[in-house]
Amino acid sequence: MRVMAQMGMVMNLDKCIGCHTCSVTCKQAWTNRAGVEYVWFNNVETRPGQGYPRRYEDQEKWKGGWELNKRGRLKLKAGGRVKKLFGLFASPVQPELKDYYEPWTYDYKTLVDAPLGDDFPVARPKSLITGKDTKITWSANWDDDLGGTEQLGHLDPIVEKVRRESEDKIKFEFEQTFMFYLPRICEHCLNPSCMASCPSGAIYKRVEDGIVLVDQDQCRGWRQCMTGCPYKKIYFNHKTGKAEKCTFCYPRIEVGLPTVCSETCVGRLRYLGLFLYDADAVTAAASVTDPKDLYQSQMDVLLDPNDPAVMAAAREQGIAEDWIEAAQKSPVYALTKVYKLALPLHPEYRTMPMVWYIPPLSPVVDLLRDQGHDAENQDVLFGAIDALRIPVEYLAELFTAGDTELVTEVLRKLAAMRAYMRGISLGNDPDDSIPASVGMDGATMYEMYRLMAIAKYDERYVIPKAHAEQAHDLEEMGCSLDFDGGPGMGAMGNSPFGEASGRPTPVAVETFNALKDRQTSDSVAGADTLSGRVNLLNWDGNGAPPGLFPQHHPTEPPADVPALEGGGGA
Amino acid sequence: MDIILWGVLPYVMIVVLVGGLIWRYRYDQFGWTTRSSQLYESRLLRIGSPVFHFGLLAVIAGHFFGLVIPKSWTEALGMSESLYHFNALFVGSVAGLGTLSGIIILIYRRRKTGPVFMATTNNDKLMYVVLLAAILFGLWTTLASVFFDEHGLTYRDTVSPWFRSLFIFQPDVASMAAAPTSFHIHTLVGMLLFIVWPFTRLVHAFTAPLHYLFRPYIVYRSRDKGASVPNRSGWSDVGTRDRDTRQR
Repeated sequence: MRVMAQMGMVMNLDKCIGCHTCSVTCKQAWTNRAGVEYVWFNNVETRPGQGYPRRYEDQEKWKGGWELNKRGRLKLKAGGRVKKLFGLFASPVQPELKDYYEPWTYDYKTLVDAPLGDDFPVARPKSLITGKDTKITWSANWDDDLGGTEQLGHLDPIVEKVRRESEDKIKFEFEQTFMFYLPRICEHCLNPSCMASCPSGAIYKRVEDGIVLVDQDQCRGWRQCMTGCPYKKIYFNHKTGKAEKCTFCYPRIEVGLPTVCSETCVGRLRYLGLFLYDADAVTAAASVTDPKDLYQSQMDVLLDPNDPAVMAAAREQGIAEDWIEAAQKSPVYALTKVYKLALPLHPEYRTMPMVWYIPPLSPVVDLLRDQGHDAENQDVLFGAIDALRIPVEYLAELFTAGDTELVTEVLRKLAAMRAYMRGISLGNDPDDSIPASVGMDGATMYEMYRLMAIAKYDERYVIPKAHAEQAHDLEEMGCSLDFDGGPGMGAMGNSPFGEASGRPTPVAVETFNALKDRQTSDSVAGADTLSGRVNLLNWDGNGAPPGLFPQHHPTEPPADVPALEGGGGA
Repeated sequence: MDIILWGVLPYVMIVVLVGGLIWRYRYDQFGWTTRSSQLYESRLLRIGSPVFHFGLLAVIAGHFFGLVIPKSWTEALGMSESLYHFNALFVGSVAGLGTLSGIIILIYRRRKTGPVFMATTNNDKLMYVVLLAAILFGLWTTLASVFFDEHGLTYRDTVSPWFRSLFIFQPDVASMAAAPTSFHIHTLVGMLLFIVWPFTRLVHAFTAPLHYLFRPYIVYRSRDKGASVPNRSGWSDVGTRDRDTRQR
């Protein structure tokens, strides 16, 4: 047993309202650059829908992920090593820009600069690729909220499959009753096929936290990873000629902060925490014959952090005590292994994805309520879950390689929790027959409810910091000489080599602390929190905090402004 | 003059090539890429690029046989002069024409596909001129030796001994000077190509990922080694304005 730690995420789809805040903040943080205009490390798809890039789940076309060869061994679906090398000169099945969309901006300048005329000036869309006028025909969420599903709904690969298997003509009736949002980031898989596809070996998994990254120096732009990733979450920066992907916001994770998508999630539906897993068991687990067994084999790779044998093995591997503790408190472990609510996205790709999803019950609830049923009653809900064949099959294709039993089980647990907690909040005695009907006891169900519904910040995000003894290697770091009177003397400002010399305070940390102070204090954000500078992103518009305007007498700084130290804002 | 061209220039070329590669490897790993444009267009690329690259590999193999293997060796194997030349011309023409048609498709694509043309730097344009010239003059030497008698099939007695002599630092200037002019031009353009090589996108050839055949599929790396340099050219603003400033 070789115990390794893996940062994981769980998303509770019931809570997703499809607001795209995660996508937008992620884009602002990571892909607001030339060359990656079309790239969304985080995107939110409406299901049923084609997704982004279009129909990425159709692996017969895109050849992503792994499959078993005749001898039952794992093999890249796009072909072995030699075949990959022969396909190097023109990647055989790489998505093109039109499969994502052609990014654009608007010619806003015309609105201001247009000469006087009869016509009202308009801001025309301009392609960010060619710089010329363009016609907008698609985007990363063009079919948002089932827009155009009448015409295009059949193009969803999962719909295709469910229809084919049910063999009768299902109209898109369930579109009105059954719609949910699926936010997607890189899965940071245990058995990543992008990594296996990379001819240069530039994609690597970090030993410490399992985050999958692309070494930008080593990447040579052979583009095989784009084919290899079945989730199509590796993107090509067409300006630098390098592959880029979701970084799990590793600079934030290293200092104990949640990823940007999690931090800004309006529905608070994301959970972050550690898994401990057995790295030696991964290949065997990914090679089980029946795709429907992949969920269970993936669960078996995850180790119980409270098991003394696992703890001892983890220590042996050099996993620190506070990391083991964090793994024990991990909300993602609880949701996947203890409550068995969270399911992996497309386990049949055999990549062992580490971003998990709690399937949505709310479409069922909404449907029942609309039809005048008591949508909080467990019997009604259970009946509906069993009757709504298509939605359950659809979810099963997404999360369990088609095993409807598993999805039903999870949905029944969610339904039981609703009914059980309604009883309690109405002041009745807890009805322990409800949790018993899904094989749980009342106390466990209540704990589950706490984690699902209350879920305070520090319960949702249990992120152990990267170790201080490694801190000198972290990209975002404060200067180690930056103690009072030390040679660093404040990261910026008083430095002998002028304002920009020295290393700045990590922006993530500074912004985070400033925001937290502002949220919890009554006074205007002032010099204390901002180290004598004003970060306009955090300025709430009240008053003029010191440092907003230049000093009138630069030689005599006012007493209430501490020595300039700490970095500026974003 | 002959001494400068055939005695000095080859060594200058080698110094620039090797020095340039070392310099670029050390200081511009981030810029060391194929800069693929497949994202913009892949229909023509899927024909042109493999034809060009596989043709080129055949051409390189042909150069190796022609230049490195002495005439006496093939004769010792019992291969007659005419058989050798028939082989060389046949295989050489096929490979050369393949390479040429490949690069013509690629250049046509580059010019005619809007986004691909926009992504073409001046550096690329210079590289294409030199590369195309090297291929054209190379084909010319092959064809000329068939159709013009005075050219003869003498390169194995002139160019090849000179090429081999370079490696023992005793450049045989006289025998190269005796070669036909078309060979002189092709060799000069070839040396120019190798001089610009490290400074263009052609560098990707030197990191051909053959180690992929032998490495494990899953790569673990410690965070300690993963630390990287902030603020690179990947981090520039979105906007059509970039167009003007994109050439670094």
